[in-house]
Amino acid sequence: MSTQPLTPLTPQPKPSAFSTMRRRTMNQLITVLSVLSTVLVIAPLVAILVYLIYKGASSLNLAFFTHIPAPVGEPGGGMANSIVGSGIILFLASLMGIPIGIAAGVYLAEFARGTILGNAIRFTADVLNGVPSIVMGISIYSLVVMQQKHFSALAGGIALAIMMVPTITRTTEEMLSTVPHAIREAALGLGVPKWRTVLSVSLRTASPGIITGCMLAFARVAGETAPLLFTAFGNQFWSFKLNEPIAALPLQIYVYAISPYDEWHRLAWAGSLVLIVMIMVAVTLVRIFANRGVLKGAS
Amino acid sequence: MTTEREPGSSMPLPSLAPTEFVGSSEPTVVSTEPSPIREFLSKRGSGRLADTSFAVVMLVCALSIFAIVLFIFFILISRSKLSLIAFGWKFFMRSAWDPVSGDFGALPFIVGTLETSFLALLMAVPLALGVAVFLTELCPRSLRAPISFLTELLAAIPSVVYGLWAVFVLVPIMREHLGPFFAKTLGWTGLFGGANFGVGLLTASIILAIMILPVISSLTRDIMTAVPNSQREGVLALGATRWEMIRTGVLRNSRIGIVGAIMLGLGRALGETMAVTMVIGNHAEIAKSLFAPGYTLASVIANEFSEATDNLYLSALIEIGLALFLVTIVVNAIARLMVWAVTRGAPARVA
Repeated sequence: MSTQPLTPLTPQPKPSAFSTMRRRTMNQLITVLSVLSTVLVIAPLVAILVYLIYKGASSLNLAFFTHIPAPVGEPGGGMANSIVGSGIILFLASLMGIPIGIAAGVYLAEFARGTILGNAIRFTADVLNGVPSIVMGISIYSLVVMQQKHFSALAGGIALAIMMVPTITRTTEEMLSTVPHAIREAALGLGVPKWRTVLSVSLRTASPGIITGCMLAFARVAGETAPLLFTAFGNQFWSFKLNEPIAALPLQIYVYAISPYDEWHRLAWAGSLVLIVMIMVAVTLVRIFANRGVLKGAS
Repeated sequence: MTTEREPGSSMPLPSLAPTEFVGSSEPTVVSTEPSPIREFLSKRGSGRLADTSFAVVMLVCALSIFAIVLFIFFILISRSKLSLIAFGWKFFMRSAWDPVSGDFGALPFIVGTLETSFLALLMAVPLALGVAVFLTELCPRSLRAPISFLTELLAAIPSVVYGLWAVFVLVPIMREHLGPFFAKTLGWTGLFGGANFGVGLLTASIILAIMILPVISSLTRDIMTAVPNSQREGVLALGATRWEMIRTGVLRNSRIGIVGAIMLGLGRALGETMAVTMVIGNHAEIAKSLFAPGYTLASVIANEFSEATDNLYLSALIEIGLALFLVTIVVNAIARLMVWAVTRGAPARVA
């Protein structure tokens, strides 16, 4: 730090009118550009949603929910088996992904805060989050499908479960770290063992946030197509067996979208609308439950 | 931590009553029997064993994240061994892609991936920054929540639905309006020559840009919100206009984080599969024109994996997957480190 002798304030030259105007114009220009870009971003979203609702709603009918796909050339048919198949795959994925994700989050927040191992795991989870879904698909193909020698619902479930883990881990950890320490200390001070404190105090307090995190992970994988291409593979018929190829809504949308038939395009739009509505409903429902009523923790 | 307890120890629980009221001055007999409280607690699973096993279970689940990444890496290497040995490093420099004669090279896909991702960033980054600036600095408070909700809604739309929309809405627009417009105004660059089918590199880049916009803008918004208000007030107090305040007070401080957010968007763009596969045209050739159909690393896997019958073909495709995996890991790792450096309160360097 160098101490400079104080110089008497010299009167600053008055800013020229030109410079003031330039700065003012620049300011207004940026404001306009910023508003414009927001409009430009919102526009395609609204376009996509409106078009989707318009196309989807006009091609939805009861048969869509009750019938399996019709053979090429025949009108009608639906995606009942795909909706059920997606449900089965997502159920499997949640069954595997959510416990592991939450447990890893608990470890990061309650046992490994500030340790090198904790930071390394946190970093790996973030990196895993960015691994392309298609890579996940071919890895599970190499591991499960090549061993079993056929595509299966189970393989699809595993692929999606792996994609759920990092998101759930990170949200669980973030939510647990917002739980005030005094609550944990109170429980420990009463002689409650650590595991019990974590389960019934920390996790319970953070449960609305953790449930929201799980739903976000669920919503993210519910629309995934790439990891299912070579694992669940798709199926034109009913299938409830876990070691057989199974239909999934995103897969069926993909197959129909790239097909040359108008009738199938119509079904693809209907399927997309159903998929998005299902994702939104799932997320909103759990938000509502998490905010009031049964699932609400001690917060 | 003060939570460690010896389950078998015979330490007496402190009496709740103050000693002077107990009356007797003789030392209390220490019973060797576990106290009822201790018994109650151990019945409820209090003890070192339960705590340790709980911690171990949590640790195993946490370590499984490591295991997953390592497992993906090793399985991809072992399954692509055939093509790794057959072509070596040259695999990434060759542009041959001939499944019939078993001659494979990944150059067209690498070029296609880089082209589409770069173009997508070129379109998405200015818009995303504009949105983030609008949301953090300009937007009236009542509009802030709905607009950020809408941009995050964009992220919730599945990739395949974007693809569907692109196939039926964006492709016709490209073919009839945007394409001819680009050809007329920018045709002199030579980038917009050739036949315009609607599908191709440019269309794929546009849909990619729409998809990575919410990622970049919501992260950038978080980072800009993390800039302390004193910075803004300081710059404003010196007589800056609002734009000068944003430029010197906000953008300069959050620079590293913004670059990180852009790289996360890049990671998304590199690995995006379905929407790109549906509109890029799927043609393994390096073309000069942006209207030309192309191929990306992810879309060649999605498109050809299920028809790869012989082992060399399959392992070449898995090697492409391996390359994609490594590239996205590196890009994501750098991006995360940058975002962490800013949002964790590390001092932002002012050049």
